[in-house]
Amino acid sequence: MRSDEPSLLLKLSAIGGLIFLHWPLAIIVVYAFTTEDKSYQFPPPGLTLHWFSVAWARPDIWAALTLSFNVALVATGLALILGTLAAAALSRAQFWGRDNVSLLLILPIALPGIITGIALRSAFNLMDLPYSVFTIVLGHATFCIVVVYNNAVARFRRLSPSLVEASFDLGADAFQTFRYVVLPNIGTALLAGGMLAFALSFDEVIVTTFTAGQQTTLPIWMLNELVRPRERPVTNVVAVLVMAVTFFPILAAYWLTREGEHVAGGAR
Amino acid sequence: MSDLALRRRGPLSSLLDAVYRRPRLFLAVLLAAPLLWLGVIYLGSLFALLAQSFFSLDDFSGVIVREFTLSTWVQLMAPANLDVIVRTVSMSALVTVADAIMAFPIAYYAARYARGPMKAAFYLLVMMPLWSSYLVKVYAWKLILAREGIDTWVLDKIGLKPLLDWYLSLPVIGGPSLSASYTGTFIVFCYVWLPYMILPVQAALERVPGNLIEASADLGASQGATFRHVILPLAFPGVVAGSIFTFSLTLGDYIIPQIVGGSQYYLGQAVYAQQGTAGNIPLAAAFSVVPILIMGVYLTFARKLGAFDAL
Repeated sequence: MRSDEPSLLLKLSAIGGLIFLHWPLAIIVVYAFTTEDKSYQFPPPGLTLHWFSVAWARPDIWAALTLSFNVALVATGLALILGTLAAAALSRAQFWGRDNVSLLLILPIALPGIITGIALRSAFNLMDLPYSVFTIVLGHATFCIVVVYNNAVARFRRLSPSLVEASFDLGADAFQTFRYVVLPNIGTALLAGGMLAFALSFDEVIVTTFTAGQQTTLPIWMLNELVRPRERPVTNVVAVLVMAVTFFPILAAYWLTREGEHVAGGAR
Repeated sequence: MSDLALRRRGPLSSLLDAVYRRPRLFLAVLLAAPLLWLGVIYLGSLFALLAQSFFSLDDFSGVIVREFTLSTWVQLMAPANLDVIVRTVSMSALVTVADAIMAFPIAYYAARYARGPMKAAFYLLVMMPLWSSYLVKVYAWKLILAREGIDTWVLDKIGLKPLLDWYLSLPVIGGPSLSASYTGTFIVFCYVWLPYMILPVQAALERVPGNLIEASADLGASQGATFRHVILPLAFPGVVAGSIFTFSLTLGDYIIPQIVGGSQYYLGQAVYAQQGTAGNIPLAAAFSVVPILIMGVYLTFARKLGAFDAL
């Protein structure tokens, strides 16, 4: 079909660009095994697994990891509910202000995180909500909604409304229709959106700095180490850990949305 | 399914059925919770913050005076604060241009030549760095750019160390090491936001019809001419769409310049310092309005250039 071949220059710059995108991540992995703990010396003078056991034995890392995991879980749950509702409403309906609603959904990630963070902080302040795990979750859910929404709205558009109508005509009630007709069709999109939301929340630092009290999530822990390094090798190990935790949900989300292209009633 | 359908209906379920039959009401029920959260709590707190830019801080007591005044805005126009704004906007512009140049070949190759598994691989190879931890990426660059880090080592090995030293001795762009210079900040910004440029450019290039390129070739245009007169104009909305991300993300970031770079403040850092240590929420609010205004103007132009259709 294509008569032209990519020029060597194009090939090289494309591959070069991809290497540029990936080699810093590879460097992090190398540094996690270095025996040297005072500076960022390259190449590492020796390789060791020692820092993994040091990190493993650190209660503060475990506490931060557990907190981040729980926050991401609850924030994802909230975002799944709100994002699905918004997607169901906006997928087909045409009403006045529809564009404004979709702009509103995107706003929390379109505006710089620091603005969202400060705005939420002063709002919590006004509402007399003490900064806590709860306020962290509220902040995270706010910018996770759009991720779920984006995944769900595309799938809702492909879901034929006649399927839902048929379900009602056959006597199913609203719950049954949702459980047996809507959910099977949007399930993988929700799972993918949920996983991306989880990865986003697990990694978020800017909004968290403003909505957290004394709590230390894993990104906050990393940021503290970045600004005032205390134990570099342990930080390297945590960085590899964070990479691993966010890597799998992203890969899974990709496979889920890729496999889920064919939806009942989609080919009308 | 028949036994399911015959099950007796509770009052809640009948109510839901009744709601579903009234499209307007159904829509209102669906949107109530998301709108309450985003429209009232989020947007409300956003406006509450911005409104505070019309309050002022009493210099002696450190208390916020809740009376309408423009004095905070006058304070924002001080030369030191304008410097921060100019520095941030120039950095955002440079990063955007550099990212567009780096993204184009990757997007072009992925859109026009990659097929099947190769295409999936390209997509994943762009998505992985996009989604992997922001802090880890910044941290990686701190390791790379440190004085004893890998860049110095590589340049030393290939005998180009004097070139680096010469570069670092240059006035504005140099510094004690790459990790404490404008150049370092620039590199990390470019790196972190590059995937946000690749994806919309690739999407725009995918939509360029193949027969237009063939027609251009049939009419005698060289590859270069086809690129300049056919592909580039059609892909341009994608570049503008990507630039919305790279520009806006650089504009508001306060962590990268804090970790890699000199001691000069950027907009995000100014907001952070004003609301935190300085406790000057009105000035922090006024600083926050700046990126919002700039992005407002930027988005208006982007819409004219057709970037929203390319998103």
